[in-house]
Amino acid sequence: MADSETKQVTINIDGVEHRVPDGLNLVDACEGVGVEIPHYCYHPKLSVAGNCRMCLVEMGMPMRDRATGEPVLDDAGAPKIGWMPKPAIACASKAMPGLHIKTKSDLTKECREGVMEFLLVNHPLDCPICDQAGECRLQEFATDYGRGFSRFVEEKNVKPKRTKLGPRVILDDERCILCSRCVRFCEEIDENPVLGFTERGSHSTLSCFPGKQLDSNYSLNTVDICPVGALTSTDFRFKMRVWFLKPTPSICTESSVGVNTEVWTREGKIYRITPRRNDAVNDTWMTDSGRSLYQQVEAENRMKSFRVDGNKASLGEAVQRVRELLTVGPVAYVASGHMSVEDQWMLRKLAEAEPGAIHFVYHTGEGDGRLISKDKTPNLRGGLLTGLIKGIPDAHLHSLRDKLEAGEIKTIVSFGEDIVKAGISPELIKKANLVYFGALRDDCTDYAKVLLPALTVFERSGSFVNQQFRLQKFSQIVPGPAGLLPTTALLARLIGEITGQPATAPSNPQMWREIAAAVPQFSGVEFAKIPTTGLELDSSAFATLPFVEEKGWHFEPVAEPAGAQSSHH
Amino acid sequence: MAIKERRIVYKHVDEEGYSNDIDCYIKNGGYEVQKKAFEAKPEDLRQEVLNSGLRGRGGAGFPTGMKWKFLDFKSGKPIYLVCNADESEPGTYKDRQLLYQDPHQLIEGMMISAFAIGAKQSFIYIRGEFINGARILEAAIEEARAKNLVGDNILGSDYSCDLIVHRGAGAYICGEETGLIESLEGKRGYPRIKPPYFPAALGLYMCPTIVNNVETLCQVKHIIDMGGEEFSKIGVKGDSGTHIMGVSGLVQKPGYFEIEAGACTFGELLYDGCGGPLPGRKFKAVIPGGLSMKILKWGERFKGKHPNTGEDFDWGVEDIPLDSISMGLCGTALSTGGAIIMDDSVDMLEAMANINAFYAHESCGQCTPCREGSLWMNKLSTRMTSGHGREQDVPLLLDIADQIAGRTICAHGEAAAWPVQSAVPKFKDEYLDKIKKQANGERYNPAGFPLI
Repeated sequence: MADSETKQVTINIDGVEHRVPDGLNLVDACEGVGVEIPHYCYHPKLSVAGNCRMCLVEMGMPMRDRATGEPVLDDAGAPKIGWMPKPAIACASKAMPGLHIKTKSDLTKECREGVMEFLLVNHPLDCPICDQAGECRLQEFATDYGRGFSRFVEEKNVKPKRTKLGPRVILDDERCILCSRCVRFCEEIDENPVLGFTERGSHSTLSCFPGKQLDSNYSLNTVDICPVGALTSTDFRFKMRVWFLKPTPSICTESSVGVNTEVWTREGKIYRITPRRNDAVNDTWMTDSGRSLYQQVEAENRMKSFRVDGNKASLGEAVQRVRELLTVGPVAYVASGHMSVEDQWMLRKLAEAEPGAIHFVYHTGEGDGRLISKDKTPNLRGGLLTGLIKGIPDAHLHSLRDKLEAGEIKTIVSFGEDIVKAGISPELIKKANLVYFGALRDDCTDYAKVLLPALTVFERSGSFVNQQFRLQKFSQIVPGPAGLLPTTALLARLIGEITGQPATAPSNPQMWREIAAAVPQFSGVEFAKIPTTGLELDSSAFATLPFVEEKGWHFEPVAEPAGAQSSHH
Repeated sequence: MAIKERRIVYKHVDEEGYSNDIDCYIKNGGYEVQKKAFEAKPEDLRQEVLNSGLRGRGGAGFPTGMKWKFLDFKSGKPIYLVCNADESEPGTYKDRQLLYQDPHQLIEGMMISAFAIGAKQSFIYIRGEFINGARILEAAIEEARAKNLVGDNILGSDYSCDLIVHRGAGAYICGEETGLIESLEGKRGYPRIKPPYFPAALGLYMCPTIVNNVETLCQVKHIIDMGGEEFSKIGVKGDSGTHIMGVSGLVQKPGYFEIEAGACTFGELLYDGCGGPLPGRKFKAVIPGGLSMKILKWGERFKGKHPNTGEDFDWGVEDIPLDSISMGLCGTALSTGGAIIMDDSVDMLEAMANINAFYAHESCGQCTPCREGSLWMNKLSTRMTSGHGREQDVPLLLDIADQIAGRTICAHGEAAAWPVQSAVPKFKDEYLDKIKKQANGERYNPAGFPLI
């Protein structure tokens, strides 16, 4: 994207010439060509502090004759390099033409050994009980760049071991290497400076400003960017060693921002969610609230068995009963932005097999102008693209209510939408037959004739289209409760019942072949080839729709946001 | 025999009947140079300072005219002038006399400098402990403002520049120019990384800023008075003007002397100026210009070819001429001129531990090598003095210092490392001797002087 437009320059790293973007930070430039420059305080999304000194390298430029400006050549005819007398920090240097750096020289090696030794002299070395162990930069760089032994025999500094910085973050000050990433995050990204250092020198101690606490909805990002085990998540602390955890890419369903995430699991259990870098969506950040969404997997109100008329039933019985109810009379489908593109596509196919009005509930709420938008569902735009809806839906089901009151609807099929909350009273529901696909029990489940428990976003794979019309896929992370199937499989079976064709659960690639053929915006998309950072779609057909989303990080609304209108609902 | 002084900035220091009010200053010809300067073109004034060859008197000795030349005049942002009066280098007390006894000389020097660089606003950042100094300066600024020498439309010109006194809070590191700027902005005194934050381009409030020492700014007045060419004739090639040598420590008469650069030797300063060692003592070591400079051992020889004269030299410490060039040839620096003298009653390991304690206490804690290294050196040398030293601690101490110097954000790294790097090789035998004696349970007192 931007990289191809940036001018490339040639720099020399350890005697090898590399082409890197002009002006790029040297830590990133070296990383881009596969040369690691160890660092602690540098973070690509924060200002440069230059305080850890781990990225010290030797730097030099080709010498030029002062009088003529001509390059000075050595005996072999190669340009002579004027090496700087002192090592310089790579994080505060930029790639420029002709720059030479040494990342493997004796001096560079010595600098790294020195810094590593210094960082560890007052470090408690309590790795056996430290949450960071296994993903700790101190451990990694001590192994890669340290001497491997310590010459320190003095007493270590003593600092507070468990300071509660806020509701979700606990600080172990002894482990802190004072890199100031968290301080800079709060100041620059969260724009809510609450962290700072007290004391001086090696006794410097991270703490909150008097009367403040680290309670922002972005506070856990400080835990992510802490290169050591100083900042820990209250939720994850002491729960699991990280080397047992497996990270799987996913998408946060908190809002239509579609924050890219990694979900960390062991043996079918989710332990934490962390942000996954996507410079076009969420950089390296995510909200604290989005991190707790995994709790729905083991929520108390999770539905785990098929039910027909309140009684446990088999999958076959449930599908059969739905089939019967669909033939009772006019059908209304209630779709939602929580459905994946695949779910929505299969619903479209169901509605083609058994026609009915498609209603869609718009979930709007307060955004924060950052990574929470005013649309509280991840996939409203999937509904538009798959053709379930033509425009922005209402935030309520008043039209469905009117039809129910008029007795025009006999069966309602809701996909995870609590229709009671959407404005349909239980009395009205009782006038018709409710079929409910959903993961959690809610206000309307008691009135459902057929309950088909659904899988959460963590238990199936699929894709969402976020506010930027970026198609992003998520993977199955943990197995769902025994016997449950993805909604797409249930719908395929139902369609099979209706059409009399043999029903096989379609795979995502199979569905995508159909979707790509039917929807112009998805033309050419193959499920397996959707990049991990998503695929930008052509949104021009929807440019005039009054979406509620307002300006956020990496998002500018195209049309006037309809925030003022939706707030009435 | 008294030492030959040449008092320029110290002309009225300790003068009988001289007071620090404006009337006394004007009576002695004060503010005449400012009037003259305000009729000149600012660029001509800057050229005079460049021609003078004046080197900054804050310690680093960077040529003042060059510093001014690097100023970003094209940014369109306001330019600030800051006077560094955070005199906190141990052993240094030269600025204090100027601030307390002759504040108007500083104000005049500052207003000339401010006019020369086109400063929109100027500040005096004064060390927190100089409580009276701040009061004196504020009173003096009020007097000068009343006479239209500071403030709006100075001396009827269309140039306006106010002068504000800002008191520090007692941190040594705020004497480092970027640490000072951060502190002046109201932040924690963390020095900034250079690049990119060179004060001449991105200084106070990210605007072009000049930070000069008190003595430097006072010298500017005299440069403009006598002309840059004339000033450059004082002293030696590469180090023009005078140096205020502030001697402290174990001499008969500690005190300050303003001496033309290179006009006398260290020995003359110590014997003629300060009356030599205390009775029955012998000089053992000197730290020539503030605590962080490299230590010289009495009795060591320095040989080489002098770049100014082209002649070979063979000096003892007492033969070194008092100018930056000669000091540099001996592996140290004249720096602030605050010389600390130690005699044979001094336990060099105790002295080292004392120095290390200071730098460990004053490290700001921002960057790793200085933060951890200075405290480690402190813990190590404290243990060594307490009778628990090991032989391997001596090379370890040196190695820690080597891991600090040149790898930090600011010069505090060098300040903490240099004393160790210079003292350990020179006094290693004494350290080892002490460690060995203490290990045997003996008290260490080689010269036999009563222990304090």
